[in-house]
Amino acid sequence: MLLIEDKQIVVPGEILAEGDYHSGRGTFKDVDKVCSSLVGLVAVRDKKISVIPLQSKYIPKRGDVVIGKISDIRFSMWELDINSPYSGILPAAEVFGKEKRELNRAFDVGDVLFLRVVDVDEVKKVKLGLKGRGLGKFRGGILIHITPTKVPRLIGKKGSMINMIKDQTRCEVVVGQNGVVWVKGKPEMERVVQKVVKTIEEEAHTSGLTDRIRDMLLEILGEGKEKTEDVKKEEDEFKEELIQ
Amino acid sequence: MIIILTSKLIKNSNKGSLVTSGTKKRPDGRAFDEMRHLKIEAGVLERADGSSYVEIGDNKVLAAVYGPRELYVRRLLKPNMAILRCRYNMAPFSVEDRKRPGPDRRSIEISKITAEALNPAVFLEKFPRSTIDVFIEVLQAEGGTRCAGITAASVALADAGIPMRDMVAACAAGKSEGQVVMDLSEWEDKEGEADLPIAMMPRTGDITLLQMDGHLTSDEFEKALDLAIKGCQIISEEQKNAIKNRYGD
Amino acid sequence: MVQSVVPEIIKESVVNLIQKGERADGRALDQYREISLETGVIKKAEGSARVKIGKTQIVVGAKPQIGEPFPDTPNVGVLITNSELLPMAAPNFEAGPPNETSVELARVTDRCIREGEVIDLEKLVIIPGKKVWMIFLDLHIVDYDGNLMDAAALGSLAALMNTKIPSTTIEGDEVVIDYEKMVPIPIKEQPLMCTLAKIGGELVADPSLEEDDVLDARISIGLRVDGSVCAMQKGGSVPLTREEVLKAIKIAQEKTKELRKSIPKA
Repeated sequence: MLLIEDKQIVVPGEILAEGDYHSGRGTFKDVDKVCSSLVGLVAVRDKKISVIPLQSKYIPKRGDVVIGKISDIRFSMWELDINSPYSGILPAAEVFGKEKRELNRAFDVGDVLFLRVVDVDEVKKVKLGLKGRGLGKFRGGILIHITPTKVPRLIGKKGSMINMIKDQTRCEVVVGQNGVVWVKGKPEMERVVQKVVKTIEEEAHTSGLTDRIRDMLLEILGEGKEKTEDVKKEEDEFKEELIQ
Repeated sequence: MIIILTSKLIKNSNKGSLVTSGTKKRPDGRAFDEMRHLKIEAGVLERADGSSYVEIGDNKVLAAVYGPRELYVRRLLKPNMAILRCRYNMAPFSVEDRKRPGPDRRSIEISKITAEALNPAVFLEKFPRSTIDVFIEVLQAEGGTRCAGITAASVALADAGIPMRDMVAACAAGKSEGQVVMDLSEWEDKEGEADLPIAMMPRTGDITLLQMDGHLTSDEFEKALDLAIKGCQIISEEQKNAIKNRYGD
Repeated sequence: MVQSVVPEIIKESVVNLIQKGERADGRALDQYREISLETGVIKKAEGSARVKIGKTQIVVGAKPQIGEPFPDTPNVGVLITNSELLPMAAPNFEAGPPNETSVELARVTDRCIREGEVIDLEKLVIIPGKKVWMIFLDLHIVDYDGNLMDAAALGSLAALMNTKIPSTTIEGDEVVIDYEKMVPIPIKEQPLMCTLAKIGGELVADPSLEEDDVLDARISIGLRVDGSVCAMQKGGSVPLTREEVLKAIKIAQEKTKELRKSIPKA
């Protein structure tokens, strides 16, 4: 028996269903009951119940791309703050290969980098790398922090949301899966992006968001309003993506 | 050398019980199973990962949660789970006579049992080698601050997005003027015969904190325990509302 | 307190904006964030206030106690200011005894109130040389979002203006304290503090958290109602020029007039 409705906000310990239901992400099973472990939105798909959290910390996963800040230079490696309970390390070999060079010639404390999580070992040592397109040190721009669970919302279905923001503001925008967003463009446009991203974070749990963000952008940028029909569809499809 | 004419103590103790229509009411006019005014808000602080504000009677308590975050004290680190640390602190101005800042034996004990009261609810195993830090600040105290603190802390934990089996709720019961009562006021706590604060996970009924001081017969104890449990259930509903209100549900 | 590393690009963007006369949160260089002030928030304290500047939040409580005056000032009451940068207020604040920042905050606030003559301390004497009122002013910093100095001074002033002490009479050798008759403490002046940050060669009022993190120098100026100076503190390791200091006072004089509007009428 289902005790809640789809998209409803639930709290830790709340019983979501009794009997023949499967426990998905953000839930746990207590004998025959599926309960929420988080504050979040319920997503029911067939017999599987998940809860999409409204707030979370970034837990590094192999293959993720993240934005990190160099917090220390140690023997043959940089230490990075990746907005997570676990700090990351970038081995010198990732940058210099076998060559021996002074680390601070390449990157110094306070530098902000776009990196890939190469490995997370059993003691939660997070190894980062720079091999890949677009990875490396950022020059200029600003940083915005959002809760990592809202990253998919910011990106949107096949990048619909983020591309709309980029197109309208003519800013470069890079989103790390750890909830750190880098933006570079005209200073006033950077601020527009900041405002929009914060709005998306705050209203991520509401529906019709892409529409509202489009309106918001058009209003700020002072252009005529026009809506597209496929926005609604994107909204629905987006949720599917979140649950997977 | 100093004579206190109308002392604060006298001011607070002229609270004889009222007898109205046969049932004995408590000094503040409540029924034996009635809780004080209760207000809970979630997400009240900017910097903390999660936060809450709780008023129970004249208690005013803030709680903040940071984490899971990196643990720098290696000897505390647990390889297979997070640790949960708690600091309960009273503001110097929270009590009648100014309290010296910093921890004392009482606040250290309360910090310990608060962490233990919250521990069983949190899925600590999801965040090995990290720490979850809970800070409780009593801005105004009026009897039952440890329960208010635990209640606030679980809302702050939920607000921080920390996965939990349940939101721990806490409430005291006890005995005052010969009567077993729910949610002791400051006066009932000081002048009463017994105090029994508990914390529990309302869904399962598991008790995660239990303290008692005073004197109760086993019948009275059972009655007090049931009243405290009932109190926790009332508080639990308010905790859920606080979280849902934050997101405009 | 662990000093957190500020990303280079943040420093750059804050400085670049300010040099263009703009700020990241859209304020003018001399503009304060939203201020809110409530008094009497803690019933257990004889005086209290909750102040917010932006998201910075401080709860201030004042508690009077009878004590002995300091031997060198037998005919004035005592004011003791203390502050706690609570670990709940920021991820890098740690529990433990007050650190440098906390002590500096308490001392600067104390100077602003003392030298600004908020309280007529002479009127707090009960028996000269023997018994005086001691006012303990405790600053409880619960949320840190930049510019603690101004919030502390504003909250302290508001809490003191809200403070009542029991009336006392002397009968023979004895002090009789009457808690039924509470009287406001004697308020003489209403000084406030205005903090300016030097960033990229410019002076900006009410530094935000980000600005507090990247500032070169900071100057906090305590001013009485008539615009005269009663306390100052320079912070940060970059020097200030004579002209900058004088300019800062001018700005502070204007800004404290605005700040004053948020004080509830006594």
